[in-house]
Amino acid sequence: MELLSQMLQLLFSGLTLGAIYALIAVGFVVIYNVTGILNFAQGEFAMLGALISISFVNMNVPLWLAVILSIIIVAAIGGIFERTAIHTARKSSVTTLIIITIGVSIALRGLAILIWGTQVQTLPSFTDNTPINILDAVLLPQNIWAVGISIVILIIMMYFFNFTFVGKSLTACVVNPFAARLMGINPEKMSLLAVIVSAGIGALAGSVIAPISGATYDMGMMLGIKAFVAAVIGGLTNAPAAIAGAFLIGIIEAFTEGLWSSGLKDVVTFSMLLLILFIKPEGLFAKASGKRV
Amino acid sequence: MNDKRPILSVENLTKVFGGVVAVDNVSFAVDEGEIFAVIGPNGAGKSTLFNMITGVLPSSSGNVYFQEKRLTRKKPYQIAQLGITRTFQNLEVFDNMTVIENVMTGAHITMKTNILTAGLRLPNVKKEEIRIMERSMEALEAVGISHLAYELADRLPYGSQRLLEIARAAISNPKLILLDEPMAGLNSEESRQLVEVILKMREQGMTFLFVEHDMETVMSISDRIVVIDNGVKIGEGTPEEIYQNPQVVAAYLGDEEEEGVEAYA
Amino acid sequence: MNSKSLNKIYNNSLLGPMIFFAVLLCIPLVTSSNYVFSILTMVGFYALVCIGLTTLTGYAGQISLGHAAFYGIGAYSSAVLTGTYGLNPWLAIIIGAVISAIVALIVGIPTFKLKGYYLALATLGFGIIVFTLFKELSSITGGSNGFFGIPSISLFGFEFITDISYFYLIWIVVFLAILFMRNIIHSRIGRGLRSIEGSEIAADAVGVNLMSYKLQMFVLSAIFASVAGSFLAHYVSFINPDLFVANTSIFFLIMVIIGGKGNIWGSIVGAAIYVLLDELLKHYVPLLLPNVGGEFEIVFFGILLVLMLIYMPNGLVPQFEKIVSKFKRKPSANSTLQSISANATGGDNK
Repeated sequence: MELLSQMLQLLFSGLTLGAIYALIAVGFVVIYNVTGILNFAQGEFAMLGALISISFVNMNVPLWLAVILSIIIVAAIGGIFERTAIHTARKSSVTTLIIITIGVSIALRGLAILIWGTQVQTLPSFTDNTPINILDAVLLPQNIWAVGISIVILIIMMYFFNFTFVGKSLTACVVNPFAARLMGINPEKMSLLAVIVSAGIGALAGSVIAPISGATYDMGMMLGIKAFVAAVIGGLTNAPAAIAGAFLIGIIEAFTEGLWSSGLKDVVTFSMLLLILFIKPEGLFAKASGKRV
Repeated sequence: MNDKRPILSVENLTKVFGGVVAVDNVSFAVDEGEIFAVIGPNGAGKSTLFNMITGVLPSSSGNVYFQEKRLTRKKPYQIAQLGITRTFQNLEVFDNMTVIENVMTGAHITMKTNILTAGLRLPNVKKEEIRIMERSMEALEAVGISHLAYELADRLPYGSQRLLEIARAAISNPKLILLDEPMAGLNSEESRQLVEVILKMREQGMTFLFVEHDMETVMSISDRIVVIDNGVKIGEGTPEEIYQNPQVVAAYLGDEEEEGVEAYA
Repeated sequence: MNSKSLNKIYNNSLLGPMIFFAVLLCIPLVTSSNYVFSILTMVGFYALVCIGLTTLTGYAGQISLGHAAFYGIGAYSSAVLTGTYGLNPWLAIIIGAVISAIVALIVGIPTFKLKGYYLALATLGFGIIVFTLFKELSSITGGSNGFFGIPSISLFGFEFITDISYFYLIWIVVFLAILFMRNIIHSRIGRGLRSIEGSEIAADAVGVNLMSYKLQMFVLSAIFASVAGSFLAHYVSFINPDLFVANTSIFFLIMVIIGGKGNIWGSIVGAAIYVLLDELLKHYVPLLLPNVGGEFEIVFFGILLVLMLIYMPNGLVPQFEKIVSKFKRKPSANSTLQSISANATGGDNK
């Protein structure tokens, strides 16, 4: 019985982590699909989201409003980032654009040090956080929030891409930018939209995880890289597969941490990345011919 | 010519792109020392055929043999190392290098320098560099553009870039050179120059397989011709035989004028 | 034809590098400040890493975000082999380089089979694995507390202890590394690498094995980083994992971009500018913002990196060369112009 409850406990924390990684990974896949850029600043959106929410709460803004304001601000930062850095350099090689996102990511991290310092900050839970006991395993309501919000957002995203005009336009840019342009869809606008949406979702992810693990200026890097691994497991271009990859990583991490060593969990995760690149670079869930988005 | 062993044999080569058959069961064999042409209307599958032979595209079925060696599933650089080089329809010179460096790069597979000997610049490396440079200069002389050797390849006029590609393809002494529409975009003087270069190289024992639109050139220099239309081989033979093949005439020569107009448009 | 005609394509002259290093090695005549030498020695370590990395980025078009790991593998190999097992430092440097090369092969082989930017991802993940291992394998590496008491290097009975002796040592190594890399670029290998950038499909068609060349450059750059790390370990005599975090890899990339990717001399310029800026920021920013802590300087380097890539994507050295060549052109303009016009009339028949 004790083993079962421990397993259940690890599963809860794995699913929570996975939900957060999934949100960031989807944003990453969207940007990659529309622009071909690996956006290394993706995790920083989550970091900014968390810290901005905390600042608003410290100003006595209600939590729900703080999170919404934070999402809007980070989405705007994403938009500025796209216009000033990506758009200005859009004629450069993809290599250059990727390095630009690295520059932006460390600039945002440094900015966060100047604004918030290096101390861990905390955000209150979204609701009363009385633990719930299930078979002796403890489930916090914030964990439910994390998984729940993540699932709702991911469903909205699927709907957006498959059933709305703008979403379909984004997809069209991926399949054939030239034809998309002929249809009156402007790929440059779509690039802006992709970054804004990804930034907003990233901010939400950061705000959801902050009550669980706290927020620091450097939290974005690990979140971003884990999301990368999730996306690679999903084959980089396939959002549902990236989500599955994200949950897989979350669960593996939680179990490694719980059963073996917390120090080595990153080693396990990234060894998995290298292993997948080695044996199945098209992604774990890829069918014979991969289709983007 | 029939007693010769074929240097290249294409057997039942087929390429299907998502349900569309671009090349359908095409077979032919090129003998050593031949100038062999593949012709056909636009979209007939010539370029696809070429890309399968050079390993750029994987074939859906069928095989290509080069001197009895199977090329199927080999990578382009491996095929080059076996002795097949090519030129490109839409020029692919190394625009970040000088003309002479372009040709020297063509000699890549004939050289032995590796990263260690290069870094230490052993005496052999220097000797090899000088030897390759001399040979490259000769190759440029052979195609008549040696005076442009130290220019950036990018700055060359179109016709000279075509000649450069041929020099680059020939420098490694390949057994077979594939020319992808070598006359495209050349004026008549440049075409004549190019034909001369090709004929001269053939005398030195090189074999050519080429895809071409310009009927005049095809008929005047090729030994044998294969005609494909809609991915299917519809005729094969000497230029005279092709002229008399009713199927070919219907499919291809019928709209030759139109093609001609397109080429100059 | 002889080697002179080769010089028409490649400037293999030793004069420039010799003068540069003669001037550099004369610095001790002007100053004897240990601070100056410690700074210049650091520039030397970084430059050595960047010579490899700039070639990888500029010629093979690949982004590595894991070179701090190779730098660290070199440092820890030297530390452990000499400090714990008492091996000869020179032997330890070689063993470290071999380990780095093997590790680079293991990471590189799967990633270079793939098109695109998987190396950036793979090296980033790999860098974190290595960093974590430095921290976690504390029985070997000393863990987060670091590794103390790395012995100094000696050569023919001379022991390198002072800043100034390491300054000489590392810059002689940098000099040799520059010549080695320049020789590679001015050879069949360099042409093979450049052809990939010129036209990948044509490079393939002339028999250049793209994957193998990218891999070789990656391995070579890993070796350079490893050697730099080994010398660092002997110089500072104490290392800890924080020297080799992911950010260090990003700083190497920043140095490469500042100097100009693919520009060997640029790696010295980039390393020097990075070290100077870093020193200035760490000195002056706390005077303005007394409460600032941590690695705040990354905000400046991040912005610098973005601005460089947008407005000066080729880096400082090529920009500088452009300006210099404008001035240089004037006296010899006549002869160059004549040869160009002669070529133009002879070749252009269109």
